[in-house]
Amino acid sequence: MQAFTTHTGTVVAVDRANIDTDAIIPKQFLKLIGRTGFGQFLFNDWRYLENGQPNPDFDLNKPAFKGSTILVARNNFGCGSSREHAVWAVAQYGLRVVIAPWRKEASGERTPGFADIFRNNCVKNGVLTLELSEPEVDKIFGIVKAQPGVKATVDLPKQTLTVHGQPEQSFKFEIDPGVKDYLLRGLDDIALTLEKEAAITAFEQRHDVQLATA
Amino acid sequence: MKQTLYEKIWNRHVVTELADGWTLLFIDRQLVHEVTSPQAFDGLRLAGRKVRHPELTFATLDHNVPTDDQTVIRDPISKAQVEALRKNCKDFGIRLFDIGTPEIGVVHIVGPELGITLPGTTVVCGDSHTATHGAFGALAHGIGTSEVEHVLATQTLRQKKFKTFRVEYAGRLQPRVTSKDMILKLIGEIGTAGGTGCVLEFTGAAVRALSMEARMTICNMAIEAGARAGLIGPDETTFQYIAAGNRPYAPRGAALEKAIADWKTLATDPDATFDRTLTIDCDKLAPQVTWGTSPGMVTDVTGVVPQLDGVTGYSRADVEAALAYMGLKPGMKITDIKLDTVFIGSCTNGRIEDLREAAAVFNGRKVAAGIRALIVPGSARVKAQAEAEGLDKIFTAAGCEWRYAGCSMCLAMNPDQLKPGERCAATTNRNFEGRQGKGGRTHLVGPAMAAAAAIAGHFVDIRSWK
Repeated sequence: MQAFTTHTGTVVAVDRANIDTDAIIPKQFLKLIGRTGFGQFLFNDWRYLENGQPNPDFDLNKPAFKGSTILVARNNFGCGSSREHAVWAVAQYGLRVVIAPWRKEASGERTPGFADIFRNNCVKNGVLTLELSEPEVDKIFGIVKAQPGVKATVDLPKQTLTVHGQPEQSFKFEIDPGVKDYLLRGLDDIALTLEKEAAITAFEQRHDVQLATA
Repeated sequence: MKQTLYEKIWNRHVVTELADGWTLLFIDRQLVHEVTSPQAFDGLRLAGRKVRHPELTFATLDHNVPTDDQTVIRDPISKAQVEALRKNCKDFGIRLFDIGTPEIGVVHIVGPELGITLPGTTVVCGDSHTATHGAFGALAHGIGTSEVEHVLATQTLRQKKFKTFRVEYAGRLQPRVTSKDMILKLIGEIGTAGGTGCVLEFTGAAVRALSMEARMTICNMAIEAGARAGLIGPDETTFQYIAAGNRPYAPRGAALEKAIADWKTLATDPDATFDRTLTIDCDKLAPQVTWGTSPGMVTDVTGVVPQLDGVTGYSRADVEAALAYMGLKPGMKITDIKLDTVFIGSCTNGRIEDLREAAAVFNGRKVAAGIRALIVPGSARVKAQAEAEGLDKIFTAAGCEWRYAGCSMCLAMNPDQLKPGERCAATTNRNFEGRQGKGGRTHLVGPAMAAAAAIAGHFVDIRSWK
């Protein structure tokens, strides 16, 4: 897996909440049995017109956002199916960072900005899911709208996002320490788990899997 | 220390603690289907790894299979995916419930009916609706393909403990109101991200009164509430389901007696604490119908399409975009929404009890002119059982199409798809844009509601159906 330390790139905004995995990659592209070639289908139904031509009104297709590597959207990004194809599409399009806001509920609880399985799949593919508060994300939407093509830098060790607009603005973000370590080192988690072989074998010897033989 | 069901299952499966609060958790069952597995098997091949426990791994074909004639897969890409699973199962020694076998079906229907899913076990599948198996008191998570590969190679999953969220369904459902309405109501209340980061446990008198089939419908849609798993404590209903059917992978005889004694200890301790709790009153719960493009965009069948600013948890822009896509106007009565298609099936509502509910409504009646009604059993076993009970005759006499088992029009990866603009009442789980076909419009409902809509041509309140 590609390690993630710092990254600088153009920010593109898709101003929608609950962007689901069917929107990120429609099911007709889930039939491919390889791990590559998904980037061209990212946001397929929004990105292309009926005749297959790029939809000029969709921001990813506008010249200012060409080659964007940082996507900002609204809350509950990646809800829906567990299809990792959605993250492959995100990563293979060239996005390294997706930003979405956590939401403060009336109870005081925080609702995460990303759906759990999608966020997990991102980690496995070296894509950083970056959560900020709603006012902070609003601010980024404002900057991208006013200054299309604006670049930003993510510094994972320092946990900062700096949007290089006029004026420059920095945001501090939180991240699970295990996920941070994993991204920084670009680890292969199967190899990592297999280092625990002795523990797995010991567990298998004492555990009943309750399987009857058919 | 008082424990919840989730904590008890978790503790039984801890292989070892990892750094930063992560845990290596043992997985008792992995279910596999053709869509999310080929890249995982390729990963194993590239690294020269084996499947650690092929005997704990079960594969079926469901997403791509045609439901009219299963012997011919016309789409060459679908066919390649089916062939890939066959080859992978052969190469790695995994049991496959192939086309033409009596066990084939939608992965989340097959697991429980064959006794693969058992209380107190951990179950994973590269499919978000794996939450279904939680109805048995099994900790069941949907996972991505990288994790599928991880479980194939190690039979473990790296996990961080989720928060616990108890949803108590109090009271008693009115006749013909179902567990589909219970779960849709919850999603409407807490939103599609309301359970994110949590494992839900469904409790209360209304849950206890439900059959296993109905419980599976609730747990199935835990993911639509954002939760990675939904759980129901195992009880006599659970034990009878496992003991009564022909479930070849479940314990029998003395082993079953011993297992049941153990399963009885799984229930959440009476004064265990949850991170969050919520109570839903079922006495007055009305049949639910979704009107938008997110499962949380839902209302009572007696209600109206909401005003743009009138929906908790969704912005005006969200509602505007959803109504534009759905071709609906605020204020329109739900019962005035006219349909083109009705789809009854899926891992949410494709079990025998769902088909019985639908058949009771179709019996002796005809589908309205211009409506296409598809009935797709969730598995070959469900199909055989329905045919033994004569339900297929009721459906075909009413003018419905009676099909072979598969995921079918729930996600339209096979030829069963909506055309742009077509409107469908579906017993499925997602009403996302394009879910049932590009431009297709989906309204989520329970099976009897879908059947009544097929006959009337529009939604009707099933409680007053004569």
